[in-house]
Amino acid sequence: MTLPDNWSELTPDQRLQWRLDAWQNIPIEFASPEVAQEYRDRVQLYRDVLAGKKPATVPIAPWIGLLPFRFYGHTAKQAYYDYEIFKEDWFRFHEETRPDGIGLTLGIVPGKLFDILDYRLYTWPGHGTPDDTCYQYSEQEWMKGDEYAALIQDPGSYWQRSYLPRVFGAMEPFSMLPPWTDLVEIPFTAPFFAGFSAPPVKEMLQKLAEAGDAAMEWLQAAMAADGRVMATLGIPQTAGGATKAPYDTLGDTMRGTRGLMLDKFRQPENVKAAMERLVPQSVDWARRSNDMTGNPIVFIPIHKGADGFMSDADFKELYWPTFKAVLLGLIEEGLVPWVFVEGSYNERLEVIADEEIPAHRMIWMFDATDMQRAKEIVGKRQCIGGNVPAALFAMGTPEEMDAYVKGLLETTAQDGGFILSSGIVLDEADPAAYKAFIEAGRKYGR
Amino acid sequence: MSSALKEAVIELREDDALRITREALQGGADPLDIVAACREAMDVIGQRFADGEAFIPELIMAGEIMSGITAELKPYLKAEGSGGKLGTVVMCTVQGDIHDIGKDIVVTMLDIAGFEVVDLGVDVPVAKVVDSVRESGAQVVGLSGLLTVAFDSMKATVAALDEAGLRGQVKVMLGGAPVTDAVVEYAGADAWGKDAVDAVELARQWTGGAS
Repeated sequence: MTLPDNWSELTPDQRLQWRLDAWQNIPIEFASPEVAQEYRDRVQLYRDVLAGKKPATVPIAPWIGLLPFRFYGHTAKQAYYDYEIFKEDWFRFHEETRPDGIGLTLGIVPGKLFDILDYRLYTWPGHGTPDDTCYQYSEQEWMKGDEYAALIQDPGSYWQRSYLPRVFGAMEPFSMLPPWTDLVEIPFTAPFFAGFSAPPVKEMLQKLAEAGDAAMEWLQAAMAADGRVMATLGIPQTAGGATKAPYDTLGDTMRGTRGLMLDKFRQPENVKAAMERLVPQSVDWARRSNDMTGNPIVFIPIHKGADGFMSDADFKELYWPTFKAVLLGLIEEGLVPWVFVEGSYNERLEVIADEEIPAHRMIWMFDATDMQRAKEIVGKRQCIGGNVPAALFAMGTPEEMDAYVKGLLETTAQDGGFILSSGIVLDEADPAAYKAFIEAGRKYGR
Repeated sequence: MSSALKEAVIELREDDALRITREALQGGADPLDIVAACREAMDVIGQRFADGEAFIPELIMAGEIMSGITAELKPYLKAEGSGGKLGTVVMCTVQGDIHDIGKDIVVTMLDIAGFEVVDLGVDVPVAKVVDSVRESGAQVVGLSGLLTVAFDSMKATVAALDEAGLRGQVKVMLGGAPVTDAVVEYAGADAWGKDAVDAVELARQWTGGAS
């Protein structure tokens, strides 16, 4: 997607409308004019709920992980390694269940790529996790407690020379190389490049090229899978980019939950400074992906600020300010933050309903949060959604599911501004309960 | 000493708590008084957690201070048998799930509350739980999990305890964000707890320990 020449002169609102138009008028070849219209109608549902209006029907956009593969008798390992299975099951699932948005395609990850990279930050089937289990974090202090100064001084160099060599075995030799910022003048160029003659570095470059091919192979499969769903079923992708809250970046994959919680007591100033340093790159990461995909939605899973994970005071002072800065940065670019709030956020609702965030510019998807209060407090300013519990999908009867969705939509969707979804990414569901979820959404969402 | 130590732990002043402990030990204080002060402090923190005034970071920091104090105490404490313990609890995150934070907090809190805790770690096969219950003579088993796949592992673990003839000897408690009454029923467990304070309370009830 190419942004217009006068982009820098456009207001955030004009940018948003431009991006939404681009998403709705995606330049792909649809199977028929009717399917093209279905696609545009579905995007219109999101435009309406984002604007706080009542849509033609409540959009149904469950978070879909490994569910299609479970339904059709395949394991996580097959989904991650066999792209024919990935493409076929992915399409069949969307064809049979007809949600209003495509599942989390990026979550069906390429196993082969991680084999090449020797990814240590996660376990996945065949690498520390059973064949039929989703990939999982291997939480450790991948960033050490005494490395804040290095991170704050130059995040790029820190990533390249300290962090990446730890989380990717294949990138260990990066620690031997100087930072790229050394490359400023002709006399200093040869000393810089001499490092690349070291055999481990040469081997690394070879592996990275192989990783590139493996990533491209997967990307083509993923684009083919989603492309077919869009072109023949008229179902849009619901995320065009992603980012994270700075506190979560530090807590999830760098310091670890425990490490960061201890840092809060032992070196609070460093934690704050590091989070502030991570704001611009968190915005820029999403903007680049969204510009490329032409879809304005930014998927933001948030974790470590949930109820119980910190006090209200810490949420206000530690978690929220830099996350808010990221949200404002995205909104300034005309992007639509679609925040996936894992866990419960009952204690945070007043804070996130922040009036400094312009109204009708983002989407809050909740899990185990009281939806009536979420509607009253957050729903008056922004679109909300989510909430159908994991246990209900896994163990509920169709009647229980029907009753839950009915109650949820009566509470939250009567005047619009609501997206029906699962509270978590679905790897498991009883097929009858899942079917009842979609049917109830259609029945009560009119 | 003990009130100053108790206060330092409650206020999570790590450096102060360790310094007071070191000075007290060097001055000939009874290590058991220090243990008692810590237990009192942890009761206060546990109560604050139950009342919604303290949160997971405070529990983890308190646990970290406890570990530091325990390390200071070690040379001064005689080998302690399990004679004075309230009971034995086998804890794990079930097979297929590697989430450890909640489980670790429960382990720390049970330990501080006076239980003998056998921590089997994460992604624990059913047979390992059965063996551990048999060997330790545990009265309580705590099964943790964050993923929905854990429901089936919890069910399989309870069934295996039953098959091994151990179900009558142990009470099984479940924990983890997605756990509900329905999961307890599905897995055939006895109860679930929403946090570490609940877990300690359940273990106390089941072993006849005073609350």
